[in-house]
Amino acid sequence: MTHRYERVIDVRALARVEGEGAMHVRVRDGAVEDVRLEIYEPPRFFEAFLRGRQHTEPPDITARICGICPVAYQMSACAAIEDACRVTVPASIAALRRLIYCGEWIESHTLHIYLLHAPDFLGYGSALALAKDRRDLVERGLALKQAGNDLIELVGGRAIHPINVRVGGFYRVPAPGDLAPLRERLRVALDQALDTVRWVAGFDFPDFHHDHEMLSLCTPGTYPIETGFVTTTGGLCFDVRQFEQHIVEEQVPHSTALHARLAGRGRYLTGPAARFTLNQHWLTPLAREAATAAGLGEDCRNPYRSIVVRAVETVYAVEEAIRLIDAYEPPPAPAAVVPARPGTGRGATEAPRGTLFHRYDLDPDGRITAARIVPPTSQNQAAIEDDLARFVAGRLDLDNERLTAQCEQAIRNYDPCISCATHFLDLHVERA
Amino acid sequence: MDTPTLAVWKFASCDGCQLSLLDCEDDLLAVAGRVRIAHFLEASSDVLPGPYDISLVEGSITTPGDAERIRQVRAESRLLITIGACATAGGIQALRNQADITEYARAVYARPEYLRTLATSTPIAAHVDVDYELHGCPIDRRQLVETISALLAGRRPALPAHSVCFECKRRNTVCVVVARGEPCLGPVTRAGCGALCPAFGRGCFGCFGPAETPNAPAEAALLRATGMSDDDIRRIHRTFTVAAFEEAAPS
Repeated sequence: MTHRYERVIDVRALARVEGEGAMHVRVRDGAVEDVRLEIYEPPRFFEAFLRGRQHTEPPDITARICGICPVAYQMSACAAIEDACRVTVPASIAALRRLIYCGEWIESHTLHIYLLHAPDFLGYGSALALAKDRRDLVERGLALKQAGNDLIELVGGRAIHPINVRVGGFYRVPAPGDLAPLRERLRVALDQALDTVRWVAGFDFPDFHHDHEMLSLCTPGTYPIETGFVTTTGGLCFDVRQFEQHIVEEQVPHSTALHARLAGRGRYLTGPAARFTLNQHWLTPLAREAATAAGLGEDCRNPYRSIVVRAVETVYAVEEAIRLIDAYEPPPAPAAVVPARPGTGRGATEAPRGTLFHRYDLDPDGRITAARIVPPTSQNQAAIEDDLARFVAGRLDLDNERLTAQCEQAIRNYDPCISCATHFLDLHVERA
Repeated sequence: MDTPTLAVWKFASCDGCQLSLLDCEDDLLAVAGRVRIAHFLEASSDVLPGPYDISLVEGSITTPGDAERIRQVRAESRLLITIGACATAGGIQALRNQADITEYARAVYARPEYLRTLATSTPIAAHVDVDYELHGCPIDRRQLVETISALLAGRRPALPAHSVCFECKRRNTVCVVVARGEPCLGPVTRAGCGALCPAFGRGCFGCFGPAETPNAPAEAALLRATGMSDDDIRRIHRTFTVAAFEEAAPS
């Protein structure tokens, strides 16, 4: 008689992530047979209903894909449409775009560090629970996040779904004097960001490493945010216009998010760890020093340490915002003229969670005939599943409750934005 | 009285409206000190069982499972408040309501048969009784704090039903239609954002949905005068609250 041992772990929904999903793990004869990250966020069909819209509309519309990183959607949309219309914006507008994007990095990274991820390392269920014991820490996080939001509001009009971004640039640009109070605020935020790096560097990181190829934009001379070539740790380097030749998406039955793979190479990882690994020499000296002091080496292959990379990138974004404010000269016009023309345009920028690609096909009137959006979570899904399979395999001796909690933490390492990918977690561990 | 419990629920949405609660940085810990956050998955793994005194509901109903889940949320909630354009009007994803959902699915997914989705995206009030509605894409966090504070004090929240034009006047923003001929939905759009877009030199694009009793014919004439085609007008009406403008005042 065969002795069968079956156990199912069922968590209704994964908390502290942006979206809805589930995880299914099958264990047979003591070995992990299958891991599926099931994203059951209802499909919202953005790519379908963008068709028929005017080429000026995607920044406002695609912002609605995600409440946490709307600027990323707006910036990738603008880049793709301007590519289709063969318009290059003046450097002064590009600098203002980088400035508002710094605000989103500060806001999104701080949200993830303080409100979603750090409670895992400290044994709390939420930042609100943490605040009962360490109110000073949570207040620091909220103040830093607010500095990011204030920057987005100043340039973009609103922190969630900014209203001031348009194809070609902005509706209104700030006067130099408008930015001065914010600069003072960012000086305070810089100290808070440095304290954050020191704080998270002291967390206890499980000994766990991955060997995924990592992918990020690279912009020689600067840390990539709103532009760059697509580069991987495996030696690939290509123009954003070749993105679809190198990245293939496939649909799997268990998820409303598509899985992206590198053609002929397989799974890969994008996001803060990939950006840091490929671009750390372009960080500011202060951010690089903070990274070294926090124990980050030449690359970051321990997903748990992504929280440290986010903190380092927050330092960078605050410093970069201050530099951009100091160098700010109002553009001659708030926006470049982007006349409608037929063609296909592609654009990619570095959302806080990783590379975000958009493509639009335009007809002669500038109407969109096809749209394609590849968000970071789709790209990371296969790598996350692979990590989870190895992670679970090493922890089969844990009871259901602890294994569930640890899997949730492991998934949060990636800051998966499931709303973007189509949101989070029923965990089923089936042992047979 | 025991500390009231607050629950936050997500349906089809971008998370932006519940993020507005976390974006109340200065007020967040103050609010959290006056309610017991019993269910808020985006922010907390600590989940308490219902019933809940106040439920904030984000997102629209787009799957058979969610149509069932919202009934459970209603049954467990003393007050149910919908937050945002998705929950109050079906959201931008209600653009599917006038399209062929099978064709939409095929346009986005290679294997549409794997999906379980409804042909429509409908507001929460189409499924269950709703006590208050906060409009906006996203909601305005000052309105959210006002609403929670009012309910804790046992009074009705002060939520505007008038148009964005009033806010423009209060803000001393020069009218973008009169001064620059920009198309603007401000005269027919519900106030609440502080007349943000005109302050940045662009016309309102209606993300708070229609104000009460909008004068649609006058608005359409105004938009045509700024050079918008009927097609442009239809498109701008059918974006963030999709059919709400046409339903509020059929032309």
